[in-house]
Amino acid sequence: MIIESGHFVLILSLLMAFLQSTVPMIGVHLRNNQLMAIAAPAAIIQFVLILGSFLALTYAYVVSDFSVINVTSNSHTAKPLLYKVSGVWGNHEGSMLLWALILSGYGAAIALFGGNLTPTLKVRVLGVQAMLGVGILAFILFTSNPFLRVFPAPENGSGLNPLLQDPGLAFHPPLLYLGYVGLSLTFSFAVAALIEGRVDAAWARWVRPWTLAAWGFLTGGIVLGSWWAYYELGWGGWWFWDPVENASFMPWLAATALLHSSIVSEKRDSLKSWTIFLAIVAFGLSLLGTFLVRSGVITSVHAFASDPTRGVFILLLLVVTIGGAFLLFAWRGPSLKTDGIFHPVSREGGLILNNFILTIAAASILLGTLYPLFVDVLELGKVSVGAPYFESVFVPMMIPMIVVMGIAPFLRWKRGDFNKTTNKLKVVGVISLIGGCFVWLIVDRSSALSSLGIALSIWLFSATFVELTSRIKLFQVPLKDSMRSIIRQPRASWGMTFAHMGLAIAVAGITASSTWKVESIQVMKFGDQVKVAGYTYTLKEVRKVQGPNYIATRGIFSVKKGDNFNVTLKPEKREYQTRTMVTTEAAIYSTFFGDLYAVVGDRDENSGGYITRIYFNPLVPWMWAGAILMVLGAAISLTDRRHRVGAPARSANIGTSQVIAK
Amino acid sequence: MKFLILIITLLLSSNFVHAVDPGEILKDSSLEIRARAISKDLRCVVCQNQSIDDSDAELARDLRILVRDRILEGDSDQAVIDYVVSRYGDFVLLNPPVKGVTFVLWFGPIVITLIGFICLILFFRRQKPLIQDLKKNNAEVKK
Amino acid sequence: MMKRLAYFLPLVLLAILAAYFSAGLGRDPQTLDSVLINKKVPEFSLPPIRGFNAGLSNNDFLNKVVLVNIFGSWCVSCRIEHPFLMELKKKGVIPIYGINWREQNQDDGPRWLKKFGNPYSLIGDDPKSRGAIAFGVTGAPETFLVDQKGIVRMKHMGPITQQNWNDTLKPAIDKLRNR
Repeated sequence: MIIESGHFVLILSLLMAFLQSTVPMIGVHLRNNQLMAIAAPAAIIQFVLILGSFLALTYAYVVSDFSVINVTSNSHTAKPLLYKVSGVWGNHEGSMLLWALILSGYGAAIALFGGNLTPTLKVRVLGVQAMLGVGILAFILFTSNPFLRVFPAPENGSGLNPLLQDPGLAFHPPLLYLGYVGLSLTFSFAVAALIEGRVDAAWARWVRPWTLAAWGFLTGGIVLGSWWAYYELGWGGWWFWDPVENASFMPWLAATALLHSSIVSEKRDSLKSWTIFLAIVAFGLSLLGTFLVRSGVITSVHAFASDPTRGVFILLLLVVTIGGAFLLFAWRGPSLKTDGIFHPVSREGGLILNNFILTIAAASILLGTLYPLFVDVLELGKVSVGAPYFESVFVPMMIPMIVVMGIAPFLRWKRGDFNKTTNKLKVVGVISLIGGCFVWLIVDRSSALSSLGIALSIWLFSATFVELTSRIKLFQVPLKDSMRSIIRQPRASWGMTFAHMGLAIAVAGITASSTWKVESIQVMKFGDQVKVAGYTYTLKEVRKVQGPNYIATRGIFSVKKGDNFNVTLKPEKREYQTRTMVTTEAAIYSTFFGDLYAVVGDRDENSGGYITRIYFNPLVPWMWAGAILMVLGAAISLTDRRHRVGAPARSANIGTSQVIAK
Repeated sequence: MKFLILIITLLLSSNFVHAVDPGEILKDSSLEIRARAISKDLRCVVCQNQSIDDSDAELARDLRILVRDRILEGDSDQAVIDYVVSRYGDFVLLNPPVKGVTFVLWFGPIVITLIGFICLILFFRRQKPLIQDLKKNNAEVKK
Repeated sequence: MMKRLAYFLPLVLLAILAAYFSAGLGRDPQTLDSVLINKKVPEFSLPPIRGFNAGLSNNDFLNKVVLVNIFGSWCVSCRIEHPFLMELKKKGVIPIYGINWREQNQDDGPRWLKKFGNPYSLIGDDPKSRGAIAFGVTGAPETFLVDQKGIVRMKHMGPITQQNWNDTLKPAIDKLRNR
């Protein structure tokens, strides 16, 4: 009964979405306030209906209702409760329902918290959002229905892929979707603005918090996925330039560009067409990701459901949505007036450069990801485009970007004082160079790139720090004035400081873990010792351990360094009963300078020992710390009062146009 | 039946354990470094987008051993790679070769960057007269 | 004017992408065409499997049109294709050489053949995939068609059935023989 209700409310939600996407928009056209007033309640009702549907499916998983095909294929009574719940979105149909839930959730959020939007804009945003909803809900109901039944219901399910029985991976999809699908809202804003025929600073201000939220979630989702890969896949790798990984990275790059471009649009009434374009592209890349994962067009370890018929539907969705938006863009775009003008050396100039680099980076990754498909379709044979290509293309682009990231915050709007800025940054530059040389001479002379990476990290961190101190005029005015100034700094600027510093720390982590990883693979018998990166590992024993739905072979390592350091690592190799699958659980101990990482492998028949893989992964915790700082930066920015209240923008540096707050 | 389960196990568990065995590692570490570098660029043809170094698949293992045997026999890095490519085609190279069909791939980013640069320059050029006007206006106002 | 065109560019690019995607939907990104087509049989030499006298090497390929079939006792699809290969042998249609790929131990192949029948005139033992790699094999069963001059003419992936025999293999074989 509950299942049927879940199915029923899902159908209702499709009707509601259809209503929400048509009637209020007609109301705007006819200037009929009553029709327009339908939009907000419709959005909320739509969300509630889909929530009901989602909860019904969750219920089926929790009670293990195996008469539902979706539950049978993806669950099992022996699974712990947390993973029964995460199983809801660990499959194609359920994850699409989550997609729809979050899509409607964002719509409801606008309905509830978009009080300061102009009524027509609000209706249009909700209308476009609802159109997206119609597309997704139709896709679910017609091709990917999670509520289909099977009679007679089997005794038990086929169990979830044991790799997905993991806390990190359980939360990876929801976070990722909150990001991906959040970009749908910025998309709706962009299309609504195009329909209105007006993009002004107020619009940019209203879009910013949603962009921040989507960006923050996307960052978190991607990093969570990388973290999972790091501890689960058994050798400390965390990014593979797999097509589906790229499919999440490209929207992230576009969203970063969008975030910064919308700042220029808001503060300087410029770059409007570009911001709109980015908003469309960012969501387009999200849809592209959905397409790539679910259509079977590209080979990937992530590939969900390789079903060409579903692929056709998603492709149609992509073409209609993005094609429609681009058509609107081609028609209305040229008439968007730009008022703010600025000198190339200015904050705007810096932000444009940042946008430029992010865009070509995203475009290059897109090219590389889709290239095998192009070559195959044109019958020119088969090529593979793997990590080596992406690294050689992406890394060089990031170098100038990080340099500019250090400089741009110092520049004023409209026209920056290059000389004054360079003076401040001279010291930072010197420190970075010294740091880089130190790494080159002392740590590693074989890789200039890694020294450069550390130098850039020092540069960005220091430059961001100096920017903050110069803003509060540290040591230039009495200390208590500086402290007072610090409290008065707008939250959005704290967001920038945290985010940029976070990136700097992450860059150091990325550089170190990619270049200076230490690996040791050998067969060890009980009592054998191995020294890796200064730490001595002793294999004490290996025993069999029973888990909730697996049997594990657990190795016990005693790790010592000098007199003070003594730690036990217990890696496992798990054999799951339902899917006859084996997973490795590495044992990781994080120190400030890196991770101690141990893996136990198969038994070696000849010697009676075990294959062990021991690694030292330098500065890996810095990657996660940096990422957390970036997300924190986004969160802090979000709490900036100006976003919530819609206060009038400071008129000091604005160009010729006026900004009217609502 | 046992073999069926074995194969399914291998197929399902493949790709998720870093696969080089101690038994495969060459005694001479400089040769082993060469082998690992070559393996990192060779795609496991029975897997979903991984190098033979990263894959647990049987064929990946055999290819790893093949690479090492050829190095031991004196083949240069390029000769080893050429041999595998002569059997499986360019598909097996994770680092796509620079030839006709991959021209657009390798030069694409450069072309995109150049086009972008040109657009940027045009954009700022267009702004120049307006900036001059603004400076003039400001100067007049000051007067 | 230029500005207008520039604004249309994204739409054009999207259309091109969409065309590629729809063309790509029907294809399988994993199937690998053979690079050996129209080239001489690769150099390889495999010892005999247990209980047999002769192995298989590239020197066995002159003056007749043959099939080379990669199989293993562990391979389910090979079992499915096996009766058809036995038919071919019974009718003397075409000699079939076998490469016994990746057996766990040396008795598995011979035992399988004894149990189900042996359709091969020559068999090579390939525990380390050297033969399979020489042929650029990615799975079993795979079958190669080699002509009288020792040139590989066709690669067939998956089990041979009456259907695909009639559709592709037989016509190719006839064509080669009538030259």
